Amino acid sequence: MANKGRVIGDTLLKVENVSLGFGGVKALTDVSFDIRKGEIRAIIGPNGAGKSSMLNCINGFYHPSAGQITYKGQVRKQMRPHETAAGGIARTFQNIALFRGMSTLDNIMTGRLLKMKRGFWWHCLHWGPALREEIEHREHVERIIDFLEIQAIRKTPVGRLPYGLQKRVELGRALAAEPDLLLLDEPMAGMNLEEKEDMCRFILDVNEEFGTTIALIEHDMGVVMDISDRVVVLEYGRKIADGTPDEVKSDKRVIDAYLGVPHE
Amino acid sequence: MSPPPSRDPAHDTFPKLLLRNAAVRGARVAMREKEFGIWQSWTWAEMAREIRCIAQGLAELGVARGDKVALVGDNRPQLYWSMCAAQCLGAVPVPVYQDAVADEMAYVIDHAGAKLAVAEDQEQVDKLLQIRKKAPGLARIVFEDARGMRNYDDAALTSFARVREIGAAREAKDAAWLDAEMAAGRGADASVMLYTSGTTGQPKGVLLSYDNVIRTAENAIAFDGLNETDEVLAYLPMAWVGDHIFSYAEAYVAGFCVSCPESGATVMTDLKEIGPSFFFAPPRIFENILTQVSIRIEDAGAFKRWLYRYFMALAKRVGIALMDKKPVAAADRLLYALGEFLVYGPIKNVLGLTRMRLGYTAGEAIGPDIFDFYRSLGLNLKQLYGATESSVFICMQPDGQIKSDTVGVAAPEVEIKIAESGEVLVKSPGIFQAYYKNPEATAAAKTDDGYYKTGDAGFFDKDGHLKIIDRAKDVGRLQDGTLFAPKYVENKLKFFSYVKEAVAFGHGRDAVAAFVNIDLEAVGNWAERQGLAYASYQELAAKPEVYDLIAACVEKVNRDLAEDPNVAGSQVRRFLILHKELDADDGELTRTRKVRRNFIADRYGPLVDALYSGAERGHISTVVTFEDGRTGRIEADLAIREAPRFAPARRVELARAG
Repeated sequence: MANKGRVIGDTLLKVENVSLGFGGVKALTDVSFDIRKGEIRAIIGPNGAGKSSMLNCINGFYHPSAGQITYKGQVRKQMRPHETAAGGIARTFQNIALFRGMSTLDNIMTGRLLKMKRGFWWHCLHWGPALREEIEHREHVERIIDFLEIQAIRKTPVGRLPYGLQKRVELGRALAAEPDLLLLDEPMAGMNLEEKEDMCRFILDVNEEFGTTIALIEHDMGVVMDISDRVVVLEYGRKIADGTPDEVKSDKRVIDAYLGVPHE
Repeated sequence: MSPPPSRDPAHDTFPKLLLRNAAVRGARVAMREKEFGIWQSWTWAEMAREIRCIAQGLAELGVARGDKVALVGDNRPQLYWSMCAAQCLGAVPVPVYQDAVADEMAYVIDHAGAKLAVAEDQEQVDKLLQIRKKAPGLARIVFEDARGMRNYDDAALTSFARVREIGAAREAKDAAWLDAEMAAGRGADASVMLYTSGTTGQPKGVLLSYDNVIRTAENAIAFDGLNETDEVLAYLPMAWVGDHIFSYAEAYVAGFCVSCPESGATVMTDLKEIGPSFFFAPPRIFENILTQVSIRIEDAGAFKRWLYRYFMALAKRVGIALMDKKPVAAADRLLYALGEFLVYGPIKNVLGLTRMRLGYTAGEAIGPDIFDFYRSLGLNLKQLYGATESSVFICMQPDGQIKSDTVGVAAPEVEIKIAESGEVLVKSPGIFQAYYKNPEATAAAKTDDGYYKTGDAGFFDKDGHLKIIDRAKDVGRLQDGTLFAPKYVENKLKFFSYVKEAVAFGHGRDAVAAFVNIDLEAVGNWAERQGLAYASYQELAAKPEVYDLIAACVEKVNRDLAEDPNVAGSQVRRFLILHKELDADDGELTRTRKVRRNFIADRYGPLVDALYSGAERGHISTVVTFEDGRTGRIEADLAIREAPRFAPARRVELARAG
């Protein structure tokens, strides 16, 4: 992989002793790890290990019952998703959450919403500063369309697109917010081999071209080991391993978690 | 023998034509490209300025008279500009097929001796960097799109923007030098080198002079009445002579506007937005468009389907006669006008063909149904016959004399002779100079009196229209001595939308047998409507129902063949459906998608044997190449079907009478 020239910087986000419970169910117990600027960080684990819960904590959808999350050097208080979004965190979802009746272009445009300064009425007027603003944002969106090579589906309603392309559009929408930290929840779930290869390429390109820090959840081990710099492994809400792909791969507890432990 | 010079001696090269266009129609749009979703345009004056800067930049990088400059990529304005910029310096542009794998590219670039290559993007740059060992002459690579190349630090790389920048600085200092260079070009100089797709053996570099290309373009423009208001969409490979003539030579000579699509995948959308007045496509594109239309009509509501069928039947009956200005009943004229409003107009609009004044198809035979479909809609689609070696035009169809099974009459200033072997011989202003570094092949391709041997077998029909039946060397005979033109049979099969490719065998055998490739889209859609489940191409191809479907096509072909005594013996006795699509990456098709029959016969030897052995199934194991060069193996057990054959009625009667 053409990874030369990439710079991994200081800690961007730090998760310290985070626990999360829903009634009696403990989704996360005492999890700590960090994400450094510019890296691709994977969170893996068997089903129900708490990966998505972890992501939801990071983007402010869930509030940890214990522990703290430090983002850009500041300890986060109770934060709501739109505040995290404004803070530079964008995400995609495990089960695509696009506006199915809207075109690819409009869907990605919604990713720019937080960056738009003019209000509703200005945009109804569609004149002067509002028009200028729209043109400026459209230009940004077109760059993303070009980047993700989805020009051919610019005007197609996303509901009509195949699954792999919908995932790409969702990535486009997250990119439109120009995030510092991009959270990808199973970006390759349900894709065929070719779509997976494409998606890998795009994730690496995003990381390389824009220097975006990426945290991703993924089931496909091949993909995770190929593209991530560091991997954290969760099982039953606890962290069982953390390190480079090679370290994690040879960790006995990880192997046990994935392959099971023989019972005497 | 040198060809006649262009009709305008003061402007006998493309750089001179460029300056003329910039002076005469400087404010007219010369080129468009869709970038970031919006069409950007350049006038002739702006384009001339761009090209001058690029030429100066290339000169700074050491490009000089006589050098070869390779162009690798999709149809991008910057690549077309680089083509003209190279010509400004007296260098010869060599466009390369952009989908060629690294090995094929290495051969062409090394053979041409290109010193510099202009590449579109990272994909092409990667290939070029990879082949540098095999093409050691390649010293510099200029890339247009810098995406993904931030960390490339190879010393041979220069960005297009940089070339333009140093060129602009040089232009500001010494424009006169470039003026002199541009004026120094002569009509007899080499203008471009185009590599043939290599149906047989290695590709050959066809050298065409300015006189060849410009004179031919002038003739064609006069023949079809093209002018500066025409619009063309440049979407076919730049390495192909058709694109060079239609999107480059004719544009410079007539001064019309060429638009480049956003990407290969958006051609249909771009076509609709541009609405070209002059449109060129190989038959398969027209076929694809028709297949799309049929599929969408099948999915429409009952009333719309009825409307479509009713008016298409009417169009079939009177549409062509109307276009050929033959008498048509007033009632039919009225109905046709209604049809134009309700059906034809909307279809043409959706396809982006509303403004199409003239359409050409060539390269392969087009199915009569497909051909008539477009003509009956009032679109002036014509066939032409040409070759790289003749700067395209050999035969063209004059307006009002269009037949689907001939390629028309000799183009202006073209002389055609049929050799005793049946081979078509041509003499024209466009006949190529030589195959580059290959005098033996050049000598073999030309007769002593200056005719080019096309290698195609054909004959003139009673109206003086040329009919091409096959490659001369492929025309064979069955054991009983009857004539067998494999392509003639294959084309008849391919005219069915369910059949994507066909390969016919029969030379030296007792009967004809065929491989059939189903069209995944058409057959897949058909299967869906029949409620047939399938998971893969291979599974679909092996379905007995699909065999029934194809058997019906073969039967119709046989019935058709039986009607013409010349080819009645070529009826298909047995056939099978291949388990994989024939692919250029596996060497089974040429880059222009022509079947390589001998290669296929070799590769699928066991299947050919099974076709002639009377076996009911054939087993085959093939190696396939993936895009990244890895190989895999596919095993398949294929059914073989008998097809009904028909007595060649008339000949039997004649034989009895005789």
